[in-house]
This record gives sequence, structure tokens and C-alpha cells, in this order.
Amino acid sequence: MTDLTLPSRKSPGNLRQLAIYLSRDKLALVAALFLALLLLCVLLGPLLVGEQAAKLGLRQRNLPPFSVQQGWLYVLGADTLGRPILARLIVGAQKTLTIAAAAVLCSMIVGGTLGLIAGYSERWYSHVIQRLADVIMSFPSLLLALIVLYTLGPSMLNLIIVLAITRMPIFIRTARAEVLELRERMFVSAARSMGASSTRILLRHIAPLALPTLVTIAAIDFATVILTESALSFLGLGIQPPDFTWGAMVANGRGYLATAWWIAFWPGLAILLTTLSLNILSSWARTVADPQQRWRLQSLRKTAR
Amino acid sequence: MMLGYIGRRAYHSILSVIGLLTLVFFLTRLTGDPSALYLPLDSSVEAREAFARLNGLDQPLYVQFFQYLRDLLSFDFGESLRQHRSAIDVALEAFPQTLKLAVVAMTLSILLAILVGALAAARPGSLFDRIAGLVSLAGASTPDFWIAIVGILVFAVGLGLLPTSGTGSILHWIMPVFVLMLRPFGLLVQVVRGTMISALASPYIKTAHAKGMKRRKIIFGHALRNSLLPVVTVAGDLTTGLINGAVVVETIFGWPGIGKLMIDSIIQRDFAVVQSTILVTAIAIFIVNIAIDLLYVGLDPRIRY
Repeated sequence: MTDLTLPSRKSPGNLRQLAIYLSRDKLALVAALFLALLLLCVLLGPLLVGEQAAKLGLRQRNLPPFSVQQGWLYVLGADTLGRPILARLIVGAQKTLTIAAAAVLCSMIVGGTLGLIAGYSERWYSHVIQRLADVIMSFPSLLLALIVLYTLGPSMLNLIIVLAITRMPIFIRTARAEVLELRERMFVSAARSMGASSTRILLRHIAPLALPTLVTIAAIDFATVILTESALSFLGLGIQPPDFTWGAMVANGRGYLATAWWIAFWPGLAILLTTLSLNILSSWARTVADPQQRWRLQSLRKTAR
Repeated sequence: MMLGYIGRRAYHSILSVIGLLTLVFFLTRLTGDPSALYLPLDSSVEAREAFARLNGLDQPLYVQFFQYLRDLLSFDFGESLRQHRSAIDVALEAFPQTLKLAVVAMTLSILLAILVGALAAARPGSLFDRIAGLVSLAGASTPDFWIAIVGILVFAVGLGLLPTSGTGSILHWIMPVFVLMLRPFGLLVQVVRGTMISALASPYIKTAHAKGMKRRKIIFGHALRNSLLPVVTVAGDLTTGLINGAVVVETIFGWPGIGKLMIDSIIQRDFAVVQSTILVTAIAIFIVNIAIDLLYVGLDPRIRY
């Protein structure tokens, strides 16, 4: 998703420049293409193969991968109920990525807002917010998520809330640090001397400048959230059947390792490829954004010609 | 000065732990009545009431909570419903198992990451640098539960070299430690490489070169020492994350540590053990953080508290 949000913030000329940089880094290009394909699956997958992903097939039970005799959907094999794994991967992509994206978005909005308040105000609630971030940060997020999900019951909404809460401290701390620096700037003093209220200063003058940093962090955090969601689903506390994510698919296949390894293998590989692509792209984006590092991609272009 | 600093940290940590324990106390009570799990289905109402009275579950929640706090002050952590002995003993018994695993995994990944990161930074853009970059990104992107399952598939089921689960011989350590190492290793390599590259570009390195010092001595003696500080910071955060990994790894490999105990106790509604486990984990994390702060002073004489 980084590949789509990043260029759109630049002007058209820069967009072409970015495309050139991207084409010079083969690894980043492959990652971007993979994520674009994934996005296509998320948007169209359930429409195209949704029916097949739920279809039980007695004859295809535990069908081994790499054979297309039953149709191309069975190329990665079938699970214990004879459902084609490729179709289930495509359908599972939607829930996996939607949950992660929703959690990151909630985390960014709520965490960012709290961070803005904590940075700007020196009242008691500013300290409460900071201690809150400390509490969440100082305890293993998976343990906390387990307790909360076991209590509230595993559902999509609860999963999103829990994931959002565990990632919030990063946004709180970053937003606060940004505000601490921004609020000393001249334009803030100018706005204040012209009689702008604190809310107006925060929303109109400070928030827009803090936002790019938060968006960058959100993009990097996206991969982490996918991994956490998968682990929770694997432990059985993710969304419940008939809905499923990749993590839940791995959990389903765990019992059949000795007889049908492909049931657990492919969905895990899908998670790995997705998070790896996201990380490769964000590492590439850091290189592009850093003037001291950008020459690597520029000199690459010269030697290529 | 130093003592005052530790005191302030301890005060904040105690606040966090109390907040956490309060949250967990009420959350676990929401999961339902333990008597439903611990008594036979056909047991009489009187028997259930007697069970509740015996374990103090017949009191209103807030009374139970104050009772719990009062007991905490006298170092009474309650009794495990499942094992009929002191809950803190159960937690303290499992803790060293996790500690051993975590210390071995963390030490190995720090040493390996420093070596790989420093060598990669010595020649940026070289083949070794690019391979190290990809491997470290992959390490940070891999779902730990999946790599654990693939490990079992290949080394236990397929080749029959390693045991699938349990403790005992040195062979039992290999897979859990490897799985636990992946993430910290991947993240640390990137940190070491980044800080090393900027350290190697600084003037004092040029001076050392000009003096005709050996390259190896410059990299490991001069640049590395100055790059260790960020590594220590990240290693602190990674320790908290390591417990997350331990939950997954211990569940899959049947390692009798704190993560497995936590999951089992949540599912069995063994409240006292859940709370004791959290207390032990939180204290351990607090000690690690203090140790890291002290390490800072040792590594950088400019830092004072």
C-alpha cells in the first residue's frame, strides 16, 4: 500500500522521477508489483473466486500442489475439505489486509490525536496520556491482546481495536515529539498573538505538519500489524469461521503437517511475501527520501545507460 | 543522582504495573465463572456456591479487587485453581525456562547482528551488504509461528534430525532459539548497519585512517563502539517483543515457559496465575530497562542521570 500512497503526495514531475528510481531498484520494483497484485486480489478476489473458495470437494480432499488437472485454482493443492488453496489465499487476502489497514488507521488517528494533545498541553491529562503509552509499551503486546480478546470474544471489530491499541504508543510518542518541536516555531507564536485558540492552532497549524511523519510510520507499521494479526489468528483468537485470514489458514493446516504440508505452508508464505514486500518498499522509500542516500539510485541510472 | 533516577523510574513502573494488574483483574473476571470449568457439569448449586465461597468468588468484584490488593502488599499472590498451590510459585517456576531461552536467543542475535551489520557497513553496496540487507529484512518479516512449523516439517518430520517439542537435550534448543532469534536479528542488523555507516563517515575515522591504523581495528574498535548506543536502545524494545515471540514459540514447541503458562491459564480461567505471570513479566522487563540505562552510562561517559 506504500507504493500507492507515497507517489500521490508528490507532484506529477516527481511521480515520474519516483517511477524511474523504482525501476532502478529491481527488488523494490518486484515488491511494488507484488503489492499491486495483492491489492487487485483484495478488490476483485472475492468476486472472482469467492464461490470456489467455499466449495467443498470430496474428490479433491488433500489434493497435492503443482497439478492443474482439476483446474488452475488447484495448482497449490487443496485443504482437508477439498477447497482450492489458491482461491482461499486470494479471498483470505481481503480480510487479512483490511483488518491490518483498519487497525493502523485507527491507531494513527487516535494515537496521533492523543499525541498532539500530550505535546501541546501541560495539563494533567497530558501526563495521563504519556503514562498510558508507557503502560502499553512496557508490556508484551501479544499477551495483552490475548487477554483482551479472550475476554471480549474474538470478532473482527475487537481484533481491530486490540491491534490498534497495541500499536498506539508509537503514534502518541511521535506526534508528541513533533508537536514539542513545532509549537516553538515562529508561525505558531504568530498565530497565538493573533488570537487563535489552542484547538485552531493544533488543527490548522500543527497537525498538517506532523501528519507526513505519522503516515510514514503507519506505512512501516502496517507490516508489523499483519504479523501480529496472523499470530493472534494462529493462536485461535482472530476472526472466527466462516471468515478467515492467512494466519487462521496456517493454524488449520498445523494438524496435517505430516500428511499435507501445503495446507499450512502457502498461507504462511503469503504472509512472508507481503510483509517482506512492504519492508523492502519502505526501506527503498527511506533511501529515496534521504538526500545522502539517493545517489545510490541515481548513480545506478548512469551506469545502466 | 543515579539512585534518584532509578527511584523515579521505579515509581513510574509501579504505577504502570498497578494499572496493568487492575485492567487484567477486571478483564479476567469478565471471562466467566471458573466454577463452570472446575466442577463437574452436574454438580449441585450448593457445591458451586461452596466453591465460589472457598475461592472468594462470591464477593462483589470491587471487594475481591481490594482483597487482592491487600494480599499483594503482604506478598500473598493467591492460589492456583488448577494446581492447588501458590500462584506465584507456578509463575516463578516457568519464568527461568523463558529466561534461559530469551537470554540465549538475544545474546546470539546481538553478537551475530553486530558482526553482520558491521561487515555490511564496511563496504556499502557490495554483494555481502545487499545479501545481508535482504536476509535481515526477511528475518524481520517472517511470521514466527510459520517458520516454526516449517522447521518442524523439514527437520523433525522430514529429516528426523530434531525433536518436534519438549525440553531436555541440546537438540531441543535449536529450533526454538532459531525461531526466536529471527526478528531481533533482522531488526538489529539494520540498526547496526545504519549507525555504522554514519559513524564511518565521521572525521575521527578519517583521522584514524590517516594515522595508518588497521582497517579492522578502525571498524571494530572505533566505529563500532560509537554505534553500540542505538543498538542497546533497540535491544531494550526487542526484549519486550521477545516475550511475544516466546508465547508463540513455547506454544508450538511445548516449552514449559511463561508464555505457555499464560495461554493455558487464560483458557483455564486460572486468574491468580494470570496475574502472577503478568507481575513477574512486568518486573523482569523493568529490570531489563534499568540495566539498559546503566549500560548507557557505561558505554557513553557523556550521559549522566
